[in-house]
Amino acid sequence: MTDKQVAAKEIPAAERSEPELVLRPPVDIYEDAEGITLQLDMPGVSRDRLDIQADRNALVIEGRGAIDMPQGMEALYAEVRSTSFRRSFALSSELEPEKIEANLQDGVLTLRVPRRAELRPRKIEVR
Amino acid sequence: MFDRLTNFESLFEEFRRIEQELDEALGRWTPPSGIRSVARGTFPPINVGGTPDEVHVYLFAAGLDPKTVDLSIQQNLLTVTGERQIPVKENAAYYRRERFGGAFRRVIALPEDVDPDRVDAKYRDGVLQVTVRRRESAKPRQIQVQ
Repeated sequence: MTDKQVAAKEIPAAERSEPELVLRPPVDIYEDAEGITLQLDMPGVSRDRLDIQADRNALVIEGRGAIDMPQGMEALYAEVRSTSFRRSFALSSELEPEKIEANLQDGVLTLRVPRRAELRPRKIEVR
Repeated sequence: MFDRLTNFESLFEEFRRIEQELDEALGRWTPPSGIRSVARGTFPPINVGGTPDEVHVYLFAAGLDPKTVDLSIQQNLLTVTGERQIPVKENAAYYRRERFGGAFRRVIALPEDVDPDRVDAKYRDGVLQVTVRRRESAKPRQIQVQ
């Protein structure tokens, strides 16, 4: 699935007229023997408002934050102008997108993308 | 509500910012910036909203332990200090490290009519929401015409 198809599917027709601001969440990515771990900051996003799609080629993460705001509130000051997040990554063939594990806690999304077992580094014994 | 701001105002603000950066680069005069304003990208970013009764401060700080956050208010100055621990994984190759880690401190000037004795805070989904009540006397009152 290309980025364009995902974007077209996700944005409802009513909102398409005005460009919606979508933030790119900051990410930490590291790789160890088991695979790749991603951690993204998505404050305001709860589990039910998070959408993660992965296929052989790409990993797409989208979230829409919901914050408690009383009726009739006026913005006095804003550094954050959107609570929608989106970021995508290209995956490579040695990873197993069907076995991705996701965990969301306090607005931090952690994704573990395992490497195929047969491709994990093996310790080679010297005889 | 903050979503609505994104459309035009943020666009214009973005233009203003670019213009201001250009002005600075070219050595032109720039309008003074707020004395407590911070550089873009300072952690955690803050939004402030108000109703006639309350002022709401939102700190977008994912992955905090609420016990380590220290909130204090002096008159109308709200100070939030804390630390976000980002443990470094050993024996791992890092490709990106974009998330903020370490100690932070933010000072927010609230409207003058807030009551520093009536403050509530809660932390949910990585957003710290601080609610400060406004003083009764400061609220608009309906005056009956006799």
